[in-house]
Amino acid sequence: MTTVPLLARPAAPARRIPGEGGIWLFISGEVVMFSLLFCIFLLYRERELDVFASSHAHLNQSLGMFNTLLMLSSSWLVALAVQAARRNLNRATPLLLLLAFMCGAGFGIVKMIEYSEKIRAGMTLTTNDFFMYYFMFTGIHLMHVILGMAVLAFLVRATWSGKVSGSTLRNLESGASFWHLVDLLWIILFALFYPIK
Amino acid sequence: MRSLFFSRTTLIWLALMTATGVSWKMGHGMGFADPRHAGTAIILISVIKVRFVILEFMEIRHAPLFMRLIAELWTVVIGVAMIRLFLMA
Repeated sequence: MTTVPLLARPAAPARRIPGEGGIWLFISGEVVMFSLLFCIFLLYRERELDVFASSHAHLNQSLGMFNTLLMLSSSWLVALAVQAARRNLNRATPLLLLLAFMCGAGFGIVKMIEYSEKIRAGMTLTTNDFFMYYFMFTGIHLMHVILGMAVLAFLVRATWSGKVSGSTLRNLESGASFWHLVDLLWIILFALFYPIK
Repeated sequence: MRSLFFSRTTLIWLALMTATGVSWKMGHGMGFADPRHAGTAIILISVIKVRFVILEFMEIRHAPLFMRLIAELWTVVIGVAMIRLFLMA
């Protein structure tokens, strides 16, 4: 019989790459691309500070904040879905993913409301550099949200009717990692476009 | 099921939501008289939030060491670059 000391520290979980290795190459590429976009935005802000400051005042701060809370919540729900799958809480996984999908849909609807507000007020891609970057960067991000929602829908379907293991679990981890990327990119976009004056 | 929700992941989510509220308030004049200081703090908070998303939600905390090092290095580099460019204005 083996004895375990009472104060023994639990063994650290084995280090492993979540999901497929390929998804991390894709995520790295996206991170590099968006890092450049963030720096370009700040460079042009420095050159046209007055234009950026006056244009920034037209953005709807409350909608930007609300969208950030939606994105963070969807990311949390997806993280819980992965943990539920590992604990064999089979009914919870697709439901959590579905809730995350709905948060993503809410994000898209709010973005559409924001865009239509701006366009109706005469602010478009061609108004000035601030709005060009606003529409371009948030538009590229919105495309990622839509792609991520398609991935979440696929995962809801894949996990709906049974035990999540093997390749389905790896796909779930890969899809979750992509969705968290969408979340983290928005965190920085929110900071750059909304609260900073 | 309870342990799924009453977990470290939920605590991190609550911290991220709170940090978002704090940075939003900072953008509306809370804490700093100088908008340059507020902007620097907001960028810093966003990078810290991103770090938590990477380590906890993306589970890079338990990934091979080289992945964690790359992630940590990127958050430092992008944080320093953005604050530097912001303060140039």
